[in-house]
Amino acid sequence: MNVLRRAGCEVEFDERQTCCGQPAFNSGYRKEARGFAERLIEIFESSDADAIVSPSGSCTAMIKHFHELFPDDERWRQRADRIAEKTYEFGTFLVDVLGVKSFDAAFEGRIGFHDACHGLRDLGIKQQPRELLANVDKAELVELPDSEVCCGFGGTFSVKYPEVSVQMADRKIRSIEEADIRAVVSCDSSCLMQLGGRLSRNGSKVKAIHLAEVLDSHE
Amino acid sequence: MMHSQTANNFDKNARAAIADPVLQGALQNLATTFGTRRQAAITTVPDWEGSREAARSIKAEVLQNLDKYLEAFADNAERNGAKIHWAHDAKEACSIVSGLVKERGAEMVVKSKSMLTEEIHLNATLEAEGIDSVETDLGEWIIQLAGETPSHIVVPAIHKTKTQIAELFAEKVGTDRRADVDELTATARRILRQKFAEAAVGISGVNFGIAETGSILILENEGNIRLTTSLPKTHIAVMGIEKLLPRFTDLAVFLELLPRSGTGQRLTAYQSIITGTKRTQNDEGPEELHIVLVDNGRSKMLAHPVTRQSLACIRCGACLNACPVYRSVGGHAYGAVYPGPIGAVITPQLEGLAKAKQLPYASSLCGACREVCPVKIDIPELLLHLRAEITEGAANGVATKEKVARRRGESLAFRLYSSMWKTPARYGFFQTIARTAQRLVARDGRVGKVSGFAAAAAPPLGAWTAWRDAPAVAPESFRDLWKRDLKSRGGAQ
Repeated sequence: MNVLRRAGCEVEFDERQTCCGQPAFNSGYRKEARGFAERLIEIFESSDADAIVSPSGSCTAMIKHFHELFPDDERWRQRADRIAEKTYEFGTFLVDVLGVKSFDAAFEGRIGFHDACHGLRDLGIKQQPRELLANVDKAELVELPDSEVCCGFGGTFSVKYPEVSVQMADRKIRSIEEADIRAVVSCDSSCLMQLGGRLSRNGSKVKAIHLAEVLDSHE
Repeated sequence: MMHSQTANNFDKNARAAIADPVLQGALQNLATTFGTRRQAAITTVPDWEGSREAARSIKAEVLQNLDKYLEAFADNAERNGAKIHWAHDAKEACSIVSGLVKERGAEMVVKSKSMLTEEIHLNATLEAEGIDSVETDLGEWIIQLAGETPSHIVVPAIHKTKTQIAELFAEKVGTDRRADVDELTATARRILRQKFAEAAVGISGVNFGIAETGSILILENEGNIRLTTSLPKTHIAVMGIEKLLPRFTDLAVFLELLPRSGTGQRLTAYQSIITGTKRTQNDEGPEELHIVLVDNGRSKMLAHPVTRQSLACIRCGACLNACPVYRSVGGHAYGAVYPGPIGAVITPQLEGLAKAKQLPYASSLCGACREVCPVKIDIPELLLHLRAEITEGAANGVATKEKVARRRGESLAFRLYSSMWKTPARYGFFQTIARTAQRLVARDGRVGKVSGFAAAAAPPLGAWTAWRDAPAVAPESFRDLWKRDLKSRGGAQ
């Protein structure tokens, strides 16, 4: 919110909104997911905002998938598409839409970036957050060797097969620790919860933080 | 033993695989070796994306007109001297093959690596008929000696280390326990050459069948397929009905894609294109060629526009190598012939959702498989489709008792989630409850291991916090913060 305002945006938050319904969609509960989609579409339609910005790549990707929930309803599909067209993930919005690549931000130390799967593969987010991070004062952006490999969250996967999920997190964490960084940064709250949760349990000093937190930092 | 695992035990199998340090080492190597090699190999193709597109559209054309191309293939193959057999299911395919072997009085056959023959469990049938079926691909021969099943589509013995293989050979064929790789492969070669010389029948799979010529193409690196299909008097090729390409020239794009995707090679060491039987006595090759065309559930996949793309698969194995789940648990955890992402999609369709209900969930939906697939199969889309079929099946009451019981808790949870999070008032209510409840478990802004009553009351929380901390619900929610402070700050700064 602070970062968007500093970038010159007027920001509104409609308090009626809740969840995009991706957990239901990804678990095969399409009817339930449709309910969430319809609700969110109606709420967003009531706003005259030029863009809808989400701090999470997977929520953004879900909104882009909304139309799939209405295979037999052309009208809802069109409504879904209109909303999807103006929905952006936070970092991409800053760089690709606003053309802002540098903020008055400072973050002391080495940072690594984790490419969240939905952001990377559904939305094509790759360079945008890196450009932003590279311009943060005092920060040294290092490329993690397996930055594109899944953190193992996968929604309900993380609790259906927790051992596999954690094994995947641990493989990433090994390379995170080896990179000797202060923080692993991402554009997806679910990856951050997974990596952060495991780092914290391991007693690691590395923090898992959102891109916006770095851009809003002045240390 | 690994092969007793079933597709409904992915959770248990996966736990065992993770606890096996030898397997973990082997999987780590696989990931780096094949991933790197593939990456290097695809850069030698000027327009990799264009080739993928082209391959996918050729496959789409075949699948749309499968009846037409099958007929053309059968006619052209028979015109060149092959005999075509049609098998509706695995049982029929096996009995056709074993019938052909018995008619020729063969007690031993040499076999080349073929996923379809694994799928129909051909070796078990042949064995039951008293026929000794010898696998001649080195990896397949190793796991046949070990009494195991392949754990990878392309590299079947990838789960075995050199030391394990040396011990296996020592026990089964009498080599020294300390034998090195050269000695082991030389021994295999010596034994298998003898088998090739003796066998009256050779059985192979098929990579591609060409409709316009009736030819079949088989790719390999060891030369054993060349021997299997040319030395014995009779060659039996077992082929899935989806393996067709319309034109001979279509091979160009598939030969560009398959070896690069599978093993990271520009081309495999051998490519055998077989068109019918030998024409004159002086020619090399078998006197008889039988091609067994197998459906075994494929026409059912063809019926639905979403599942149809499963049949575009060319069995390169790239999705296995790219999949972080496969790389964590290996092939046997899937408890089925086809492991990895494509296995999680194909197995439930071949064997029925009830027999493989865990597999569509054995993925974090990261999409790495879709990214590497040379024929652009949208595996995450297929997994979601199958998940929806499972939940909707349970809701419609057509599911098995067991499935319904397992689903009941989850479906209740999702209905609850759906009703609770649908309105902000309930959302706020839910957060307040969470904030109060977490006083029992949260320390320093995080939720540590939750067990006992709290874990029983909320099983996913228990499963999460057994290994990971959970972020505590913030003392002040974003909504509260918004109302109190952010909103009043208004527009741009």
